[in-house]
Amino acid sequence: MKQEIFTIKSNKKIARDVYELILAGNTNEITAPGQFVNIALDGFYLRRPISVCDYESGKLTLIYKVVGKGTEKLAKMTEGETLDILTGLGNGYNTSKSGDKPVLIGGGVGVPPMFNLAKKLISEGKKVTAILGFNTKDEVFYEDEFRASGAETIIVTADGSYGKKGFVTDALPEVDYSFFYTCGPEPMFRALNKVVKTEGQYSFEERMGCGFGACMGCSCKTLTGNKRICKEGPVMESGEIIWKD
Amino acid sequence: MERLKVNLCGIELDNPVIPASGTFGFGYEFAELYDINILGTFSFKGTTKDARFGNPTPRIAECTSGMINAVGLQNPGVDKVISEELPKLKAVFNKKVMANVSGFSVEDYAYTCEKLDKEEQVGWLEVNVSCPNVHGGGMSFGTNPESAAEVTRAVKAVTKKPVFIKLSPNVTDIVAIAKACEQAGADGISLINTLLGMRIDLKTKRPVIANKMGGFSGPAIFPVALRMVYQVASNVNIPVIGIGGVSSAEDVIEMMLAGATAVQVGAANLVNPFACKEIIENLPAAMDKYRIENLKDIIGGALNG
Repeated sequence: MKQEIFTIKSNKKIARDVYELILAGNTNEITAPGQFVNIALDGFYLRRPISVCDYESGKLTLIYKVVGKGTEKLAKMTEGETLDILTGLGNGYNTSKSGDKPVLIGGGVGVPPMFNLAKKLISEGKKVTAILGFNTKDEVFYEDEFRASGAETIIVTADGSYGKKGFVTDALPEVDYSFFYTCGPEPMFRALNKVVKTEGQYSFEERMGCGFGACMGCSCKTLTGNKRICKEGPVMESGEIIWKD
Repeated sequence: MERLKVNLCGIELDNPVIPASGTFGFGYEFAELYDINILGTFSFKGTTKDARFGNPTPRIAECTSGMINAVGLQNPGVDKVISEELPKLKAVFNKKVMANVSGFSVEDYAYTCEKLDKEEQVGWLEVNVSCPNVHGGGMSFGTNPESAAEVTRAVKAVTKKPVFIKLSPNVTDIVAIAKACEQAGADGISLINTLLGMRIDLKTKRPVIANKMGGFSGPAIFPVALRMVYQVASNVNIPVIGIGGVSSAEDVIEMMLAGATAVQVGAANLVNPFACKEIIENLPAAMDKYRIENLKDIIGGALNG
């Protein structure tokens, strides 16, 4: 973890309530797709944890949804303004487990961390399929970016207004895959857990205090012991998750 | 630096800045960021007789200038703290540490304190009779003078190390409880623990926190903490550690003027992991600004004035 000051390069709406924030600053502390950063916002006591969508040297891309006053404030910030960010948080996905044809399954604001993961897996020579699920057409984002990365991209919407109608679980049976990676809401995880045919990695979300392992605010029980979502997570192995239903 | 030094029950601290229990783990997350030997000391994660997972999540809610937590004393239990956490701590921290202890019965407190008493690195015991996030223990001992005194006596009987009793602000008469602890043999008083609070999510119309209520901390509670430190320091003859919303060198000075011999920094560590380092670094300039030569000379400076 490092504390860094980033400068906003752009902050634009890319779907309903969803913004793409491109920042300039030191990204050296980010070492794996699926890690997150924790952003301080003037006037708000706690930082906002946001997953990394993409990163390269000197450039960080985040995609966030406006869900409350903090993200509303973030959405109003403009080019040239700076942000105090803790970077390189969490464990991230392990691409060495993927096999030769991994499937990436993102739901809503769980889609962003799939993007850098797709790029990394493709750069390692793997055949990547991405299933991206949204509620409706005007929430869809990054379809072109995923296709441009080289991932076979399947869009599903719950209301059928764009792409295939249904949920990510409806698209999964068509895909031949060696391992799965997913990020999204927990109901989607529970549905996925019932149909997946391989092992995989899930990225979890929880209300956090610090985001770096100090406060024990985001602990969860797993089959391999208690874990902090922010420190030993957010990515968990399919075999260690204790399902609640 | 000589002018920052204070003496806490016979142990000299390089400065009065102490990360508060539950906001600093067992130190090593922060040791990755800076040399934690610059601290006066720190109070480690609240330790109980048996391992505890704590409360269900969500455990955290944001507030104006503060936060609510309902972690519920998650810790690996005293045996693992001694066998696993303290050796790791020793590798990164070469000063005496403050052992924070909680319990669910008088016997629990004594059991855990007796074990930690044997640890050389433990300089002080800080007995938490004020956790608002557990049932049938914690705060229930700290909300009346007799039970607070009973815990104090039981702990004093098993240790020769200085014992601080950490008090709850969720009481009608903090002075009566502090005096009862002093009479029962406490070597010092730590205050305040968090204020019982809650938030409701307008979208779900349910409490944000799974446990419904939790402990409110952060800069918003500083004036309440300062007032209680002042009241207690005016009425006891043992050292007081001031805790509650401290976020700057100026806050440290204010707490000391109210009667605190040392000051703990809690929630600030969670939003700015360098908070304690920055406070320590900023203290000399703040002292110069207010014409303070030595910090130890200002302890209780605002009392009886």
